[in-house]
Amino acid sequence: MDSAKKYWKGFGDLASDTAWEAIRNREFSTETPMGPFLKGDGKAYEARASRRDFLKFVGFSTAAATLAACEGPVVHSIPYVVKPDELTPGIADYYASTVYDGHDFSSVLVKTREGRPIKLQPNASSPHYAYPNTRVQASLLSLYDIDGLKQPLIAGRPASWAQVDERVNQGLEAAAAAGQKIALLTAPVISPSFSLLWGRFKQKYPSAEWVPYNPLSNSGAVEAYQAVYGQIALPGYDFTKADVIVSVGADFLGDWFGGDHSRDYALHRNPDQAMNRHFQLESNLSLTGANADYRIPVKPSEQAQAIAQIYRAIALGQQTRDQRTQAAIQALRTAGPAGLLVCGSNDKDAQLLVDAVNRKLKSRAYQPESPVYLKAVTDAPVKALISDMAAGRVGVLLSHRVNPVYSSPDSRAFVEALKNVKTFVSFDRKRDETASLAHVNAISRHPMESWGDAKPKIGFYTLQQPTIRPLFQSRQMEDSLIAWMGGALEGVDAALANDSMATYIPPVTENRPTFHDLLKQNWTENILQEGTSWVSALRAGYYERRDERHPISPADLDFSPALTRVESRYAPSGKMELQLYSKVGMGAGAQADNPWLQEFPDPLTRATWDNYLTISRKQAAELGLKNWPDSKGALNGDRVNLSAKGRTLKNVPVLITAGQAYGSVGLAFGYGREKAGKTAFIDGKPIGVNAFQLYVGRDPIQTDVQIEKVDGSHGFALVQLYRTMMGRGESIVKETTAQVYDRGKSDKSRYNPPEKLPTIDGKQPVSQVDMWAARDRSIGPWFNLSIDLNACTGCGACVIACHAENNVPVVGKDEVRRFRDMHWLRIDRYYATDMSYERAESEGRSEGRAFFRALERPAENPEVVFQPVMCQHCNHAPCETVCPVAATSHGRQGQNQMIYNRCVGTRYCANNCPYKVRRFNWFQYAENDAFDFHMNNDLGRMVLNPDVVVRSRGVMEKCSLCIQMTQASILKAKREKRPLRDVDLTTACATACATGALVFGDIDDEHSRVHQLHDEEKNKRKYYLLEELDTKPNVFYNLKVRNKIET
Amino acid sequence: MIHQRGICAKRSIRLVSTLFACALLSVQGLHAQGGGDPTAGKKLFNANCASCHKLDRKLIGPPLRNIAQQRSLAWLHKWIRNNAALRDSGDRDALAIFEEYKGQIMTAFPQLSDQQIDDILAYTSQPAAQPKAVTAASAAPTSGTAASNTGISTKAFNLILLAIIALLLVIIILMTRVLKMVYEMKYEDRLRELERQKAAKKRLSFVEFFEKYTPGFVFFGLLLFGVAMYGAWVYLTAIDVNTGYEPIQPIAFSHRIHAGENKINCLYCHSSARHSKTAGIPSVNVCMNCHRYIAEGAETGTREIAKIYKAIGWDPEQQAYIPNYKTRPIKWVKVHNLPDFVYFNHAQHVVMGQIACQTCHGPVETMDTVYQYSKLTMGWCINCHRLTDVQMKDNPYYEKIHEQLAAKYGVKKVTEAMMGGLECGRCHY
Repeated sequence: MDSAKKYWKGFGDLASDTAWEAIRNREFSTETPMGPFLKGDGKAYEARASRRDFLKFVGFSTAAATLAACEGPVVHSIPYVVKPDELTPGIADYYASTVYDGHDFSSVLVKTREGRPIKLQPNASSPHYAYPNTRVQASLLSLYDIDGLKQPLIAGRPASWAQVDERVNQGLEAAAAAGQKIALLTAPVISPSFSLLWGRFKQKYPSAEWVPYNPLSNSGAVEAYQAVYGQIALPGYDFTKADVIVSVGADFLGDWFGGDHSRDYALHRNPDQAMNRHFQLESNLSLTGANADYRIPVKPSEQAQAIAQIYRAIALGQQTRDQRTQAAIQALRTAGPAGLLVCGSNDKDAQLLVDAVNRKLKSRAYQPESPVYLKAVTDAPVKALISDMAAGRVGVLLSHRVNPVYSSPDSRAFVEALKNVKTFVSFDRKRDETASLAHVNAISRHPMESWGDAKPKIGFYTLQQPTIRPLFQSRQMEDSLIAWMGGALEGVDAALANDSMATYIPPVTENRPTFHDLLKQNWTENILQEGTSWVSALRAGYYERRDERHPISPADLDFSPALTRVESRYAPSGKMELQLYSKVGMGAGAQADNPWLQEFPDPLTRATWDNYLTISRKQAAELGLKNWPDSKGALNGDRVNLSAKGRTLKNVPVLITAGQAYGSVGLAFGYGREKAGKTAFIDGKPIGVNAFQLYVGRDPIQTDVQIEKVDGSHGFALVQLYRTMMGRGESIVKETTAQVYDRGKSDKSRYNPPEKLPTIDGKQPVSQVDMWAARDRSIGPWFNLSIDLNACTGCGACVIACHAENNVPVVGKDEVRRFRDMHWLRIDRYYATDMSYERAESEGRSEGRAFFRALERPAENPEVVFQPVMCQHCNHAPCETVCPVAATSHGRQGQNQMIYNRCVGTRYCANNCPYKVRRFNWFQYAENDAFDFHMNNDLGRMVLNPDVVVRSRGVMEKCSLCIQMTQASILKAKREKRPLRDVDLTTACATACATGALVFGDIDDEHSRVHQLHDEEKNKRKYYLLEELDTKPNVFYNLKVRNKIET
Repeated sequence: MIHQRGICAKRSIRLVSTLFACALLSVQGLHAQGGGDPTAGKKLFNANCASCHKLDRKLIGPPLRNIAQQRSLAWLHKWIRNNAALRDSGDRDALAIFEEYKGQIMTAFPQLSDQQIDDILAYTSQPAAQPKAVTAASAAPTSGTAASNTGISTKAFNLILLAIIALLLVIIILMTRVLKMVYEMKYEDRLRELERQKAAKKRLSFVEFFEKYTPGFVFFGLLLFGVAMYGAWVYLTAIDVNTGYEPIQPIAFSHRIHAGENKINCLYCHSSARHSKTAGIPSVNVCMNCHRYIAEGAETGTREIAKIYKAIGWDPEQQAYIPNYKTRPIKWVKVHNLPDFVYFNHAQHVVMGQIACQTCHGPVETMDTVYQYSKLTMGWCINCHRLTDVQMKDNPYYEKIHEQLAAKYGVKKVTEAMMGGLECGRCHY
């Protein structure tokens, strides 16, 4: 068997394609261009280019190189005229604020340098919404978006604010005179101060109407809550109180109801203490499903049936027969008040049943008494608005942070109805599908430039403050409304002082009230209680009022009609079903032109720059749909036309994915933008297809779709092609079950046996075999990073944080297809396979290639492991020994240092790295028109971190363990004359991690968290990646524990 | 005759000096009218009056040049001693002045004696200095190196020298030609004989020559190669080493005057050096801390200082900031440039290392225009890290590390290199 051992680069390698054979036998995927020097027969002596030509080439390149080297630019340095007090050039300041773009919400700390925000970090002290996800972190790039509008427009032409005010006032007065409605169409607004302002606006224009619109509808859940508790809201959840979680299609680690459950979920999933058990019934493999202990793939319609089953079993006490829900029902019954049922359905009746089940369980985690207002929007108002518009009853339409022309399934109806509106004002900075139709573009400001507040849930308020001077001629939406109300707010004093914590924001000198004044007055008079000042609230960024509780008296409803409706509406059928979903990196698509998000690999499919139809392997085989590698190893796929309810999406690429329920397909929202910034397009064509066109009835479940294969193929850009661990599980990803682990009490050799190497003295543990001298750790700190595979949900917040901190370039789809992505930190995703040597033997597939091909195939419903991998900072680093110029060497603090200016680009190090974490700059990615992303314009480059160099072409780069952050912390400690503390030390990824999966620190400091984790006696889950290579990394992993009962 | 001439000259000198002495006396006599001593007056003026008054320009109070000619001495004495009392007495002039300066109250100086006031007034009665254009021009030669002055004279000297040399050369050439002609005429026959002999002798080919003198060729070849390599090495290592780089700045700011003569601490203006990686060029509001009151420099007059005012919008006439002024930031030229891939932190070196600014930046306090003093190459950095001891005293941060290092190297003092200051990753990331 040993002699037959083979290693595979990817699954394509296993296919017997001739294309693969061809590339395997070639060193380079393309020929080196030698044309000018060789004749047709490839003989150099008959070359077309003469010796003199050769000398010309050499001479020119030498001269060019000399000239380039002689350049001596004059560098200018422009100091402030009047330096703001708290600002010191070269030192970062942090301000607490809030980011809410209508879709994602988070309390954040804004890291600013010289008055410009360069990174969004968690406002970790905040009790809720403290950890920004990938999209919130990446939203910083939209502040510096060169494609945005820079001044207001009237009829598409630049205009002054005075002209805008005149034009809009005319429209408003005309509408008021004609008795027409003035509608404000916004993303769900949760600002208490804006509600006050809107009240004032309504006093002036009584026909004004505020229409909140949510592109991803939650209407069913909101209506259900309204029916039971009499308020437009969503119920609150506390996942730390749930021992058993049954989720039916609810992606609560992703977008479900506004998110913010990851931390609570992970806190209650500590294998050394209490650990929840998580059942997930879903169609598409979601981030939440990938983390579940038990995942049951079901068709979308069967999800509703499952809810009905659980309702019957728990609430009505009936016996049910469906095998797939039995285990979940049993677990919920046993757990009682420690159980929780959540559901992702947009069906009011299904959500009513969920409420009934949770109340019957007396679930402690289910908290309808603390309602959530974020995203609590029903669909009825917007439907009414469109019919009003069509009937000519709307005179003025104001739209803010919404894009119904793109995100509405009835976009044509909306565009038609819009023709009857005399004055359409858009506040959006982008001329997107909707804003480009506006008569007036009264551009509002980015959250980083505006004042604001929010009340995402009861008793919890956050503040938003500007942290940069307005970049363009913009005016925040609220101030525009004040201007159109006549510029006066009765009873509100115009504050002349600047209240922003950032004193470089110019004070408001206008002698008229602004939204800031209203906000401040509202907070000091109505929101803040005694003992808390406005300034301290501004400093914290949030305020909690514990006295606010929603008194609940649930309506006494009869649930049987709801049950009947659910069971009949989603009656089982053999038809193909479609589940629409939102991707971790894209959400509803408002940031489709954000390069960080486009290049962010989807945690599950590992695809970048795309959306696609996810389909199970079995289904694909039945439909004759294929994925295959091209000659360069990148993945290609078939295309289909997808139809539902008479609508057709053309040329949808198909990606075969594991875990997709048979009989269903999945498609992500957020792609196929027609009008957006240039990054949303490749070669002039929109990236992906617009799934909103199939969002008929705003229902993410379409129960009868037709798939028709069409000609042509589509090229995917996947960053990871291998899917399973090919039987090498013991040294890459280790996992066990809670039963075996037994809170760390059982023998370690049962689940984490030490890696052994054969030596002359027999097999020895790796730690005792060493041909190198150990590193001298006697001086100063020694940094280590601990990664807990059990806490990592794979959300990718660390990936974007790393981008922002380390100026990681974006390379574009074409380069990703060539596997030249630059992510310093990747989150590998592995599917479990149900193949074993024994099984293969019994199936007669245990020989050679057939066995490996079987191993490569993930199970139909695989278990999933996420593994963040960055440079492992090996103490015996294979890269260091092969560098001919010593450009990578080991530091005294444990880091493997990469010296860009010393690197000559041989790439030996990347070849020799067993973890494949080194990234090569094939091109100049900054200031290069071929990579026209944010680093190609002055505005976009404002986001760069000035403490980290932008690497140039031809050098290798990789994770540095954020040495710029640790060095800054060390200097701070020196200046403050104190020893280094554990809290000083962190990296960008560890800071961003909501679940605490990443812990960074000094292992020689006995008080540090990482010291405890590094101690193998205390942390029995610790292991090293590919430990048998004996590289002695400074990054270590803690194995994953699934809360499964072994059968 | 010569003798007579000398006498005449001597006489005329004596005459001139007598006249000059008379003139000087008369001027002094004029100044001494009030019986004051202008030298003592200058000191008193600078100590007591200069914060609000200038001689020729409005500051907070009126300009005081020749004030003694405008008002009576008695009045001035009263006003200076206690202007409030004078106003209370209903003096019309006093009230008018008070009105004109919008009720700005002048400090009373009861401590000044009559003699002292007279001294001050004597000082104010001195005639104004030369026009500014002259001061500016005359300032140049006195500034430090006096480069421009000597430059002009050496140029002329060089020209003359060159002319003389050229002349000598011409003479030498002519002389040799003449000598040659004479020689040829004299020894015609012998020369012919020599030429015949030369033609008969066989010339050595290059190869033969090389074979004959191989060791010499090898020696000189190697020498030439060595010199060329050394030259190339010197040339290449000097690429982008900009020692002596002295760009022209938008404002002729002189560190010699500020840091040298006025002894202003470097960190007063470059305050970020204490906190941050950048030392920072001071913002204009820092300049205004002093230049609000100093509108005129000793050497450049108002010309350069006016540029600060233009940047920030200060009206020296009205002594006020111009409202809603669009500020014009000053575009300085950066002298010390490190490449992007180097991380250098001023605070680390200035605060923790306690290194004087001059160690790297040279004698800035003598520079009129700042130039790059050090090489700023990596070898230069590293060398200092090897030689410099870390300042660990009274800093608990170093306690543990010092113990560890002392144990490892068996020394009491620890250099930066021992701390790990030679590691690439400490400065390159």
